[in-house]
Amino acid sequence: MDIKTTNRSPTVEPLSRSFDRVKVDWTSLLMTVATGFCVVLILAMLAVILAYIGWHGADAFSLRFISSGVGQDMFDAKQTGVLPMILGTCARVMLMTLFVMPMGVITAVYLTEYAPPGSRITRILRGAVNNLAGVPSIVFGLFGLGFFISFVGGGLDNLFNADATAPHFRSPALIWASLTLAIMTMPVVIVATEESLRSIPQGLRSASLALGATKLQTITRVVLPQALPGILTGGILAVSRAAGEVAPILFTGAAYYVSGYPDSLTSQFMDLGYHIYILSTQSPDVQRTEPILFATVMTLLVLTFSLNALAVLVRSLMRRRIRLAV
Amino acid sequence: MTVVSGAKKGWAERLIERALFLVSLSAILLIFLIFIFIVKEAFPVLLGKVNSAPELEPIPVEKMSALSPEDLQQYLDLTPDQYAGLDESTLRLLMEVKLEEIAEAPKGKDARVNSVSWRYLLKPYQWSGYEKAVHIWQPISSIPKYNLVPLLLGSLKITLVALALAVPVAVGAAIYVSQLASVKTREILKPAVEMLAGVPSVVLGFIGLILIATVWQSIFGYQSRLNAFVAGTALALAVIPIVFTIAEDALTSVPPSYREAALALGGSKWHAAWRIVVPAALPGIMAAIVLGFGRAIGETMIVLMASGNASIVSLSVFESARTLTATIAAELAETVFGGHHYRVLFLLGTLLFAVTFLSNFLGEFIIHRMKGRFEKRIEG
Repeated sequence: MDIKTTNRSPTVEPLSRSFDRVKVDWTSLLMTVATGFCVVLILAMLAVILAYIGWHGADAFSLRFISSGVGQDMFDAKQTGVLPMILGTCARVMLMTLFVMPMGVITAVYLTEYAPPGSRITRILRGAVNNLAGVPSIVFGLFGLGFFISFVGGGLDNLFNADATAPHFRSPALIWASLTLAIMTMPVVIVATEESLRSIPQGLRSASLALGATKLQTITRVVLPQALPGILTGGILAVSRAAGEVAPILFTGAAYYVSGYPDSLTSQFMDLGYHIYILSTQSPDVQRTEPILFATVMTLLVLTFSLNALAVLVRSLMRRRIRLAV
Repeated sequence: MTVVSGAKKGWAERLIERALFLVSLSAILLIFLIFIFIVKEAFPVLLGKVNSAPELEPIPVEKMSALSPEDLQQYLDLTPDQYAGLDESTLRLLMEVKLEEIAEAPKGKDARVNSVSWRYLLKPYQWSGYEKAVHIWQPISSIPKYNLVPLLLGSLKITLVALALAVPVAVGAAIYVSQLASVKTREILKPAVEMLAGVPSVVLGFIGLILIATVWQSIFGYQSRLNAFVAGTALALAVIPIVFTIAEDALTSVPPSYREAALALGGSKWHAAWRIVVPAALPGIMAAIVLGFGRAIGETMIVLMASGNASIVSLSVFESARTLTATIAAELAETVFGGHHYRVLFLLGTLLFAVTFLSNFLGEFIIHRMKGRFEKRIEG
């Protein structure tokens, strides 16, 4: 390699050798710049997206916009607001955390603390989690419709109101949307929890066990409190991911328009992401809708990005606290 | 895992441990449930047991008792549950309604075609009024046409555009961040790039619809504003963080001794990266591409909003395209529960599930093997 370079560029060689132990090598320089440009390109695209939405969204985005209900005309910027959509989105993700956190954390605890590493059951379980993460969101929507609404909901209807004319449970509802999302985001919680469980030094576990604690006591009193930041981060990331998802709730609970606010588990709800889809594809007058469309997109972005920022913050704060404690 | 085993467990603890185990099995159970409940709805189509042809052989009401329950249920377009809940007189009434329906249905060569059978789902057919055999997806029409080819082509086209745009950028960025940047820059750049993953897909779809479509049209000057290329570009934004994260992880998992050896021999950082680390991590980068493919083909909102959604059979990326996912999202709400359109859409879901399951399996398998090899090297 050395000889080749010297042959190719005899003029560059002596100069660079006197300055630096490593030769100036144009291929390396060029490729470093090129790959660095890839990073810059990605960051630039992100910046353009955020700036574009911020720039156009700022006009119609106001305290009134996020704190008032849908006006007479859903497509008029002066009258309408997105509070019902914000509440709908918050309701479905909060309900989701109730299901996903216990399931996800327990699975992660089993995988890291109990499952014999390398055994068949561990491998199958990991494979299942990975595959769950890769199932397309629209397929979760189909599953929510086929399983939760028609199978579970239909079953509940048969049990509790067999003689009612209209189905009560067998229809799109907040609870079905939340359950569907909980299944979708379970891998996020599992992976984050596993990671934080694994980062806890083995010595802590051994010390607790040596003091006479049982394995379960060690996990609940020593391991889990230490892993809390990681678990919280996973939860927040799951919420942020779910808040922006639209495809799984298309058939399981989101509605084009509902008067008032979501008030029961079986009511349908309006949703920020779904509202963006409606505004951008089904508006009768694009020009007039644009300000609220941008403002709605901005609301969703503010929501998901502040959740992401919160996740990062929680992680770093708790890490610092633990470091101090140790 | 632990050397110390701790105090003796009581029966309550054993019970709780059992419960933990059972709960954790739910991940496996869920994969099965998803598979079963998607396939269940598509099953009659998969087996060719559904008939969508509007023109049927009319069966007089008196001959009802001569039919087997399965045939009758199929003839009346009922699900087994619905059929079980009906009594004799209602069935008789339905038979009469069906006769009227058949009398009013379109007639002719086309009307006898069962377009949900495999032959019509995949192969072209010359419908009357067309000059040659064609692939058509046209479920809302007097004679529904369910050819999957336009949708498969649309999905593949958009996915390939997205991968072609995303892979070089994402892999390049991964090489820079993991190999060439200093440790300090790396700690800033990695989360910054991954912030792109935090942009919801409906927002990316919106960006595609409003911004990317306008920019590309003013540059390329093509006819249809929303097309496969616009959707592919927007989709690339969703695929980049996936490919980046996995490729970066693969590059970082290469034992540092590989890189250090190359640097010690006088290679530059780039040479160490390109000649040593990248070849060693190549399986991982391949896996990143495979997993990116799975993510791209399953993405819904972006393609629904930015692709134009016309089911055209064309190889040009500047034509509007309709994907499997967008078709499900756009059409399922309007279908009759248990009807043939509904079942065909679940068939699309089955197809998506199978494709992403396979790509996931392949991707994870490659990564697992690569990391296993590195571990062996270090130990050995």
